[in-house]
Amino acid sequence: MSGGFRGPDLPALADLQNCIHCGFCLPVCPTYIATGQELESPRGRLHLVRAVLDGKAEATDRLLSHLDLCLQCRACESACPSQVPYGRIMEDARAATMARGARDRPRAWTLRALALRYVLARPRVLRSVLALARLYTRSGLQRLVRGPLARALPAPLRALEAQAPVLDRAPFRRSGVLARPQAMRARVALLTGCVHGELYPQMHEATVSVLTRLGCEVVAPPAQVCCGALHTHAGDAETARALARRNIAAFEAAGVDAVIVNAAGCSAAMKEYGRLLRSDARWALRAERFASGVRDVLEYVAAQDFAAPGLGAVPGDVTLQDACHLAHAQRIRSAPRAILGAIPGLRLREMQTPDRCCGAAGLYALVQGEMSRTVLASKMAEIAATGAHLIATANPGCTLQLEAGVRRSGLDAGVRHVIELLDESYRAAAAARG
Amino acid sequence: MLTNALATVVRELQSALGKRHVLWAPEDMLGYEYDATIDRARPDAVAFPANAEEVAAVVRITRRHDVPVVPRGSGTGLAGGALAARGGVLCVLTRMNRILELDPANRVAVVEPGVINLALQDAAAAHGLLYAPDPSSQRICTLGGNIATNAGGPHTLAHGSTVNHVLGLEVVLPDGRITWLGGRQLDAPGPDLRGLFVGSEGTLGIVTKICVRLVPVQAAVRTMLADFESVEAASEAVSAVIRRGVIPVALEMMDHEIIAAVEHVLHIGYPLDAGAVLLIEVEGLRESVEADAAQVVAACREQGAREVRVAESEAERARLWEGRKAGIGAIGTVTPNFYLLDGVVPRTRLPEVMRGVAELTARYGFRVANIFHAGDGNLHPNIMFDELQPGATAKVLELGGEIMRLCVDAGGSITGEHGVGQEKRSYMEWIFGPEDLRAMERVRLGFGASELFNPCKILPTGHGCGQAHAADARRHLATPGVYL
Ligand SMILES: Cc1cc2nc3c(=O)[nH]c(=O)nc-3n(C[C@H](O)[C@H](O)[C@H](O)COP(=O)(O)OP(=O)(O)OC[C@H]3O[C@@H](n4cnc5c(N)ncnc54)[C@H](O)[C@@H]3O)c2cc1C
Ligand code: SF4
Ligand code: SF4
Repeated sequence: MSGGFRGPDLPALADLQNCIHCGFCLPVCPTYIATGQELESPRGRLHLVRAVLDGKAEATDRLLSHLDLCLQCRACESACPSQVPYGRIMEDARAATMARGARDRPRAWTLRALALRYVLARPRVLRSVLALARLYTRSGLQRLVRGPLARALPAPLRALEAQAPVLDRAPFRRSGVLARPQAMRARVALLTGCVHGELYPQMHEATVSVLTRLGCEVVAPPAQVCCGALHTHAGDAETARALARRNIAAFEAAGVDAVIVNAAGCSAAMKEYGRLLRSDARWALRAERFASGVRDVLEYVAAQDFAAPGLGAVPGDVTLQDACHLAHAQRIRSAPRAILGAIPGLRLREMQTPDRCCGAAGLYALVQGEMSRTVLASKMAEIAATGAHLIATANPGCTLQLEAGVRRSGLDAGVRHVIELLDESYRAAAAARG
Repeated sequence: MLTNALATVVRELQSALGKRHVLWAPEDMLGYEYDATIDRARPDAVAFPANAEEVAAVVRITRRHDVPVVPRGSGTGLAGGALAARGGVLCVLTRMNRILELDPANRVAVVEPGVINLALQDAAAAHGLLYAPDPSSQRICTLGGNIATNAGGPHTLAHGSTVNHVLGLEVVLPDGRITWLGGRQLDAPGPDLRGLFVGSEGTLGIVTKICVRLVPVQAAVRTMLADFESVEAASEAVSAVIRRGVIPVALEMMDHEIIAAVEHVLHIGYPLDAGAVLLIEVEGLRESVEADAAQVVAACREQGAREVRVAESEAERARLWEGRKAGIGAIGTVTPNFYLLDGVVPRTRLPEVMRGVAELTARYGFRVANIFHAGDGNLHPNIMFDELQPGATAKVLELGGEIMRLCVDAGGSITGEHGVGQEKRSYMEWIFGPEDLRAMERVRLGFGASELFNPCKILPTGHGCGQAHAADARRHLATPGVYL
């Protein structure tokens, strides 16, 4: 299978021209670190994309495999002195490959796109799948598989199973007005997401609780859908656009001061709705306006006087895993640190490279299992070196991956969203006040 | 597809290094057709050896089958040195990236060639020591590449370039034998083959181990940013500083185009209205540093500096340097393409040469951005252009030649630190006579290099290079394939 790029989402020559081949992005790229090979580096991938765009090379399966091994973590963007917009070039390259049609692209790409389109983008299907997973945990079968029965599974299946979450909580499926404080200072809407509330309902609860204490009325528009980030990353721009339009309409109707997102991957994607819909005359402006009102929850909270409600002690050593799509895609690094640093009793033990990807990267952990585990292993070693027993995150995907890492490495550590730790601190202060 | 001979080479390489460590698929070769220059050349296979014996195996296999072999580090070279000019096998040393020994008592380190410059700096810093050569590309260039190009950096002015810090080298010679040049002391008995090897751009052998000297970190350092109306005024100040008997450890110039680009990306706080700034650093004992800094400030003021800012904290100092290190990359944000030149002139001739560079680029209708090691007279004009404009690339290359000529006429040379590589071979005749060039060729033969050992580099001779290079150049000029 081969061919060039097609469709409306061709990578822009001007974007690619920015790359001066200096190589400054190589030492921060997890796949280059793991392989030492130019083809698995940002510079190499950009060169391949350019070669296909210029018609100098065919996008064969082998060539595409190098693009596919990219985590889309965008660490290369932060490192690039020439401001190459790597993230959108890779998204475009994938979309322009998908646009070749099912017969002319790798089958795995098609399968991935289908799974995303028919599961993530459809709440009812997603919930049925997750209901099975929940049953798996609750019936005790998962515990057996991870304990006494571990050897019964063939190794590849076992590796896949190790990624599966432990679904032992009731999902968060509320919508409408979630909370209304007595003294209201702002009205915000919360993206409840596709899998987020199913896997980690406690993150939503903590988010709502924190926002309420800061004087926000919090609403969850019932018509909202998945943000479409994973669809964009997989090159399914059409589905991503359809989801974006539905979300814009849903959130506009809520008439809020800000749209709050507590998953960095989703906040990053929603901030880019303007670009996603730029060629859609009817939606482009609306999308821009919508995007300018999106805030990652940590960004939003750090900009408020978040100490005002009173901070209580949360004793322990914590290390922060920067979510790639917070640190690199949104350039937000100080907000989570400001929040963690303000919590009494909590000591921040920075790891050597907190902004290096953990290998989660959406579906990556499933599709590129081997590389994902390699990247995760170095991350776990860095975490272990800090001696921290708490790992703070800003994204459910990272949480899922790091939980798998904790299980695999046998480390004695818990994984929590920064906002959960802040909520715990508020609660500790409230308890102390009696 | 591979020819029979190459298929045999690939098979033999695979059995010597393991299948995973040899690439040959045509689309994979795209990823090894570039370094940081505007030249391109595609290898037929890429080998990733893990140790000296495997490097020797790569060299022997290619030699036996008459296939070219070219060493490569991180591919940040700015002279096309790591390009497979005539195809063949690229020998990539990134897997050999261990620091084998760091001996703080004797202040030496032994490393493999794929170690990144900054990794060694960090390891040395943990013992209060410094590996002095600090090319701006230090976060990714390899020590093997640094040895091959005799890399310099901002701190070359006081500490010297790579050659002043290398004690010994383990190398694989072009016939596949492994030997040591030099040792663990700066002065080894007999002729200085180590010194000869440093800067030979991978034409005399492949470095497999490196013994370097480390120096203690100085007690105190002062970093200053002086702001001038023009590049020429700043150039005058460079000599004025040195005339006062102060040797700063670094004396760097950035012109207003660079300042604008850097500020656009990083917001360091460089003065946007300056014609040029000098970034000057002095170090030594606490007392002498203050005196030296005062001399620098006085010299700059005397040459019309509008302001001289002294960094108040380590953080401010780091910030001032961050802008300098990102400077070349930042040019990419203000122009589709640029051509980075490297020349050197006597320090005192800087003002007139800089004027000449400005006049020449204006005559050709281009803009130029200057960022360079002014203290060494090592200039880097960056000519900004757009490859998509018909004929632009050819004009830029021609202008590059004229600027090199200007340097040579001013008593300088065609490279200050990036090397000759493939890019500047044809300029060698401007500074060396036929006898000199023949002597260099004999040195190559003395090391056992055949015509296929890193072909078409440094020397303007060699079969199949001129044509290959000219054909390459034409192909690139005809298509939008020239980056940087
Ligand atoms: C933005 C930028 C800034 C730069 N700043 C500086 C600077 O301040 N000072 C400076 O000197 N240079 C600078 N350079 C140029 C470049 O980084 C240096 O030349 C560096 O030494 C190259 O190292 P590399 O590992 O990338 O080598 P490569 O580019 O891979 O190779 C360079 C040469 O070394 C040879 N080589 C590589 N490894 C070996 C080995 N083990 N044995 C034998 N030969 C070998 C290759 O054949 C080639 O001829 C800069 C480059 C960029 C892109
Ligand atoms: S750092 Fe930027 S300009 Fe340099 S090679 Fe990487 S993407 Fe290209
Ligand atoms: S996005 Fe991440 S994995 Fe992909 S090239 Fe950039 S740094 Fe590497």
